Amino acid sequence: MPTDTLRNWSNTGLARRLGAPRIPVLRRYSPGRPLLDGPALVTAVGDGRFAKPISALITEEGAAVVTETGDDKLAAVVLDLTSIATLSDLAAAQRILTPAVRKLAPSGRLLLLGPEAPVRGNSRYSDYYRARPSSESAEAAAVAQALDGLVRSIGKELRAGATANLLVVDPDAAPAAVESSVRFFLSARSAYVDGQVVHVGLLRDETARDETAGRVAVVTGAARGIGAAIADTLARDGATIVAVDIPAAGEGLAAVANRTGGTALQLDITAPDAAQRLLSHLGERHGRVDLVVHNAGITRDKLLANMDDERWSSVLAVNLGAQLTINEALLAAPDLLGADARIVCVSSQSGIAGNRGQTNYAASKAGIIGMVRALAPRFAEHGATINAVAPGFIETEMTAKMPVGTREAGRRVNSLRQGGLPVDVAETIGWLGQASSGAVNGQVVRVCGQSILGA
Amino acid sequence: MPARRAAVIGGNRIPFARANKRYARASNLDMLTATLDGLVARYGLSGERLGEVVAGAVLKHSRDFNLTREAVLGSRLSPATPAYDLQQACGTGLEATIAVANKIALGQVESGVAGGVDTASDAPIAVNEDLRKVLVALNSARSLGDRVKLVGKLRPGQVVPEIPRNAEPRTGLSMGEHAAITAKEWGIGRTEQDELAAASHRNLAAAYERGFFDDLVTPYLGLTRDDNLRPDSSVEALAKLKPAFGRGDDATMTAGNSTPLTDGAALVLLGSDEWAAAHRLPVLAHVVDAETAAVDYVHGRDGLLTAPVFAVPRLLERAGMSLQDFDFYEIHEAFASTVLSTMKAWEDPAFAKERLGLDAPLGSIDRSRLNVTGSSLAAGHPFAATGGRIVATLAKLLHEKGPGSRGLISICAAGGQGVVAILEGA
Repeated sequence: MPTDTLRNWSNTGLARRLGAPRIPVLRRYSPGRPLLDGPALVTAVGDGRFAKPISALITEEGAAVVTETGDDKLAAVVLDLTSIATLSDLAAAQRILTPAVRKLAPSGRLLLLGPEAPVRGNSRYSDYYRARPSSESAEAAAVAQALDGLVRSIGKELRAGATANLLVVDPDAAPAAVESSVRFFLSARSAYVDGQVVHVGLLRDETARDETAGRVAVVTGAARGIGAAIADTLARDGATIVAVDIPAAGEGLAAVANRTGGTALQLDITAPDAAQRLLSHLGERHGRVDLVVHNAGITRDKLLANMDDERWSSVLAVNLGAQLTINEALLAAPDLLGADARIVCVSSQSGIAGNRGQTNYAASKAGIIGMVRALAPRFAEHGATINAVAPGFIETEMTAKMPVGTREAGRRVNSLRQGGLPVDVAETIGWLGQASSGAVNGQVVRVCGQSILGA
Repeated sequence: MPARRAAVIGGNRIPFARANKRYARASNLDMLTATLDGLVARYGLSGERLGEVVAGAVLKHSRDFNLTREAVLGSRLSPATPAYDLQQACGTGLEATIAVANKIALGQVESGVAGGVDTASDAPIAVNEDLRKVLVALNSARSLGDRVKLVGKLRPGQVVPEIPRNAEPRTGLSMGEHAAITAKEWGIGRTEQDELAAASHRNLAAAYERGFFDDLVTPYLGLTRDDNLRPDSSVEALAKLKPAFGRGDDATMTAGNSTPLTDGAALVLLGSDEWAAAHRLPVLAHVVDAETAAVDYVHGRDGLLTAPVFAVPRLLERAGMSLQDFDFYEIHEAFASTVLSTMKAWEDPAFAKERLGLDAPLGSIDRSRLNVTGSSLAAGHPFAATGGRIVATLAKLLHEKGPGSRGLISICAAGGQGVVAILEGA
């Protein structure tokens, strides 16, 4: 992995004396680390129903909770705005946030919970619209959407590794629905997730716990890079790893499998019988699967003008076709899906922003987003979810080979002014893979430090 | 009859590499440890205590006296897993499998790993014998005078080391030269040898293409397939090679229809059915029975590599089977001519009567069932590794075929020995 020389230098005494902008060293998770390193401000505008249970959660995790900004630095600010509907509600939010951001500690967390914008025509909101004049509902929709711009701007203003994210919560969601997401966004696990808006729906299984321990997790492309980090991170949290990669990558794959105490399955996921082989392996060896991480991906970069069929089709086959086939096979074998099964697909910033020379790659990674949205209701029928993570600039062997200029530019064009680490992607997948994350479905979460590309 | 049959659960090998190429810097211990770790990864055995690990090497350094145990200690297996070395030339891998299978059948262990490793690249080169004598004497010399006298015995010629030769100690003939004698005796022609070699390459390549080796091979040092494999090998191309063994115009054995010196390792995971079920591991096949034979190739009239000709009828008689009762035959291709003369001997009525003491010959085998995923001519033949390669390959073939299917393994070995075994699909 390449070292970020500029970041390291920016934290030296000399750089401090010169007044050079400091590139923060992000707070990252290690087992045993507390959820927060300091007090959290938790409050609401209006009768927010989440503020109280979230305060309880934070207290349970050993951190202090305050309801007003005082003199102390704040490790986190959680503002429940789920019942705001007017511009004056929004102004009340600003009055709480302005002093709070001034007190936010390095690697602090700002988390907003907002309402869904009521959608006219959606049957869920027919009562809502019947009950109030349309001017009122338009204002509520505007205010709900305003939070989007608000949180993204806060993300860009915060310094020293602090992040700002927004959970858009279903009006019928119980407090338990947001719990795993609140935990993730407050913790050091979300170090490189910034400026994100995630929808939280209803939780079917309120008994599901956060624990990853004992869950059977398949990770494709696990022999190296981000895939290996995903396997390591899930294994750290107690998952049983089935590490999958092409037979030619078997040497690295065996090392990952043995390091994580899991098993290696050498399989070309584009083979015609790959899905069947994967499923029969899971059935025979584990009897079920709780988490499938579609991480395997390849690049065959070429400008579209010079693109040949082989480059196009191999990228689409590995990055998208194989995921489609395996997902259909999983849906056709619901008995194999454990209770609270989770599918997480690795998309990419390129799929959101596009990238010169990557028409094939970007098409495949954008395709993943379409697939996730289409399959979310189908997996929900089985109590399962499917989500995507879209890594931005992540420090890997691949980026180490980039020309220095391109790499430096890639690293800096985000709110945290640095590249992410493979573990940042892995932690995000870990959150989406938890049994207790059932209320998050069909979402695309970028792990990009709020990159300006495609935002 | 044993109380239970040992189950073949699976196997792992590294791709075989021609000597002095990709694995030139790898030792037996390196290769065996990597192969063991690949097996551990495939079956999720990290930290597991197995009943035992039995393996060996034919070309072995004296420092590797405890080779297999050292490999276990270097692997992810529990260090509480015992191990021992076993060596029976090219029969090592299969004999190790039989040893572990027998302990499982007797209930002495519930699980085990068997196989072998060999490197022709890192062959044990020893100090010149004359030099060794001087050095030993020097070490025990008591006075300075004695030492000076002994140092005076050192000669420039003594720097030439002892290099292991691919020759039988009692005849001085290489294995190929021995095989050439047998080939001539049985009238094995050049074309049929080349055809067998071409089929071996064709079958191995096809098996790789269909993903057959995806769960049998783990890449090593960047090598992902056996580098001796020539997928485009043809009888025409093989026909152009000059003979390498035998003399005269009627010499038929070439580098193309003989196995090259190879580096590699192969292991098989064995267990009781109960152990496999408790670990949610598949049972591919069961070890039915095995037989080892030896012939007097020094003073008698038998060829060096003909012992399987005698072992198989003894095994069949005990099992109450005929040679035609098998779905697959795995006859180790030391040389194409060895396979062909072995089959010819089984077909020969006079040989059956005079040498095997049978009323009728064993008969011919269906050639479409022979070495269907290739064998040593294509994959290569790291001596002690071949048995493990064959057992795992055959077990998988039988599992694909279905329960009750049968396979016969026949492996010839130096010293005039032969190890054969029957597996049954599960």
